Amino acid sequence: MKLKSLLILVSIALAACQPSETKTSSSAPANNGPITINGAGATFPNPIYSKWFDEYQKSHPDIRINYQSIGSGGGIKQLSAQTVFFGASDGPMTDAQLQSAPGAILHFPTVLGGVVPVYNVTGVTQPLRFNGAVLADIYLGKITKWNDPAIAALNPGVKLPADDIAVVHRSDGSGTTYIFCDFLSKVSQDYKQKIGVSTSVNWPAGVGAKGNEGVSGLVRQTPGAIGYVELIYALQNKMPYGSVQNKAGQFITASLDSVTAAAAGAAMPDDFRVSITNADGANAYPIASFTWLLLYQHPKDVARGKAMVDFLKWALTDGQKFAPSLGYAPLPQPVIAKEMQALGKVQ
Amino acid sequence: MKRSDDRSFRIGTGAFAALVLLIVAGIAFELTRQSTLSIAKFGLKFWTTRVWDPVSGDFGALPFIWGTLYSAILALLIATPVALGIAIFISELSPRILRQPLAYLTELLAAIPSIVYGLWGIFVLVPIVRKIEIAMGAKPALGVGMMAAALILAVMVIPFTSSVAREILKNVPATQREAAYALGATRWEAIKVAIGFGRTGIIGAVMLGFGRALGETMAVTMVIGNSPQISASLFKPQYTMAAVIANEFTEAADELYLHALIEIGLLLFIITVGVNLLSRLLIWSTKRRVITSAVMPVVVAEEVPA
Repeated sequence: MKLKSLLILVSIALAACQPSETKTSSSAPANNGPITINGAGATFPNPIYSKWFDEYQKSHPDIRINYQSIGSGGGIKQLSAQTVFFGASDGPMTDAQLQSAPGAILHFPTVLGGVVPVYNVTGVTQPLRFNGAVLADIYLGKITKWNDPAIAALNPGVKLPADDIAVVHRSDGSGTTYIFCDFLSKVSQDYKQKIGVSTSVNWPAGVGAKGNEGVSGLVRQTPGAIGYVELIYALQNKMPYGSVQNKAGQFITASLDSVTAAAAGAAMPDDFRVSITNADGANAYPIASFTWLLLYQHPKDVARGKAMVDFLKWALTDGQKFAPSLGYAPLPQPVIAKEMQALGKVQ
Repeated sequence: MKRSDDRSFRIGTGAFAALVLLIVAGIAFELTRQSTLSIAKFGLKFWTTRVWDPVSGDFGALPFIWGTLYSAILALLIATPVALGIAIFISELSPRILRQPLAYLTELLAAIPSIVYGLWGIFVLVPIVRKIEIAMGAKPALGVGMMAAALILAVMVIPFTSSVAREILKNVPATQREAAYALGATRWEAIKVAIGFGRTGIIGAVMLGFGRALGETMAVTMVIGNSPQISASLFKPQYTMAAVIANEFTEAADELYLHALIEIGLLLFIITVGVNLLSRLLIWSTKRRVITSAVMPVVVAEEVPA
């Protein structure tokens, strides 16, 4: 176990190109001196977390929060091994993962993200419309031509070519893949049985490309290609993307508002572990998800625990205003209110 | 005093040499220990099954083994003639004034980080391969796939093989060539003598390139298409062992999944060791032949890592 955590430590150090100090997180005394808190996890929220920690340190010079974006899986592993004080994940922890952790772990949604379909179809200039069934069949390899009747039915008036569809998916394990599969598994039984939901899955069709940039690069280059990328990535790179039909039957083009609307439409359980894909609500974008910050309910180090709770309270209120400019959808008000209450449980 | 200095020097350097053995043993031990779940569950079937399904927890390494060996062998086939051609030209035929710059440029190729090769692959090589595919009527023409991976590996391997081969040829004693000329050999025949003299080292140079091709990760991941299937087609997307580890390790939260990925690392380790042993055997057997045919004792080859 020791060697394993050492390996993980080395990998963090490599990933961040700077020595990691995670080992000190749970043991060092924290009297009046500056408090250093270390966390690790998902890469998706890394830009906003970095911004938050930076801004928060400006107003609280005695608190220093370090975050290593090593991936959701790594974050959960390190939190369970208690080598970091907090974790972060794009998918909620499973029951098995929660049980194997040495203490109760709480989930706190921080911001929202969406996943959008991008494509490169010769001769098509207007945005295409998709629904879950069509996307599922494309990724299952059942729909192989762009002029398939199922696609044509959703896009009346669009002249679709008879080109082959080149399916592009993520090759690296990713929260983006998780959210995409989560939506498609909800709307297609076939997809659920043959592919399922995970950060990496056994794709029956297509090619894998690394990262959002890999997928979008390949889609741009390849005539007939379809892929999926994070909404933020598409917005920042001004990529056109298709709209997706939501549960209410509306075709929604993803935007920060429509992603926030998805969160507002979901029934929120007390532990915040909820999937908001295919959410209710006329304006809800169907391929959306929270990203979570993970904390022990009873942190070993009380001073750090309190500092982290204070930080989260700030992030959920003042901090939310930084979200849109970085491309993240802010949380809806009721979710924030519920989280503020839940933060009282951390002690 | 002098004697004890000698002794401590020997012990010191001996300890460093022992460290190498320890590290190799440590890697083998750790890889095995951390893949126990997967080894226990799949056993030898892990080598021969084609499924890689993280959702249902069903893992087999065959497509990755296939992709790794196929891409490395293809790369070797492309790279070896080119690399040896470069080495022979620089050491035997090139005008003196070109020799240093050419040697320097080939070595520069080895210094380029693999991520840069990968980017070059995506933006330059893949579109070219795609055009070839379209011309050949492959559908859908993706560009990424085995062909692109083999080509990029070949470019990456060439500087290693050619630099070592060039050093070998440079170290062939001048007397060898003089003797050949004295017997009335043409230039080509004299070069053949030099190559024959250094052949064990040249095999070592080729195997060094092969080892490099087996383990290359980043550039291959970016152009091979990352799809675990077994196909002899040059244009189909496939997958390699190093690429699947790089792709999936960070997000593998499930224990069995993690163990399966580490077992892939173990297989790669075993295959690399196997390839090195094979090349050693090859070198030994050719060396014996060289010695028994009584050309001259071979000294050069000993300095070359296989």
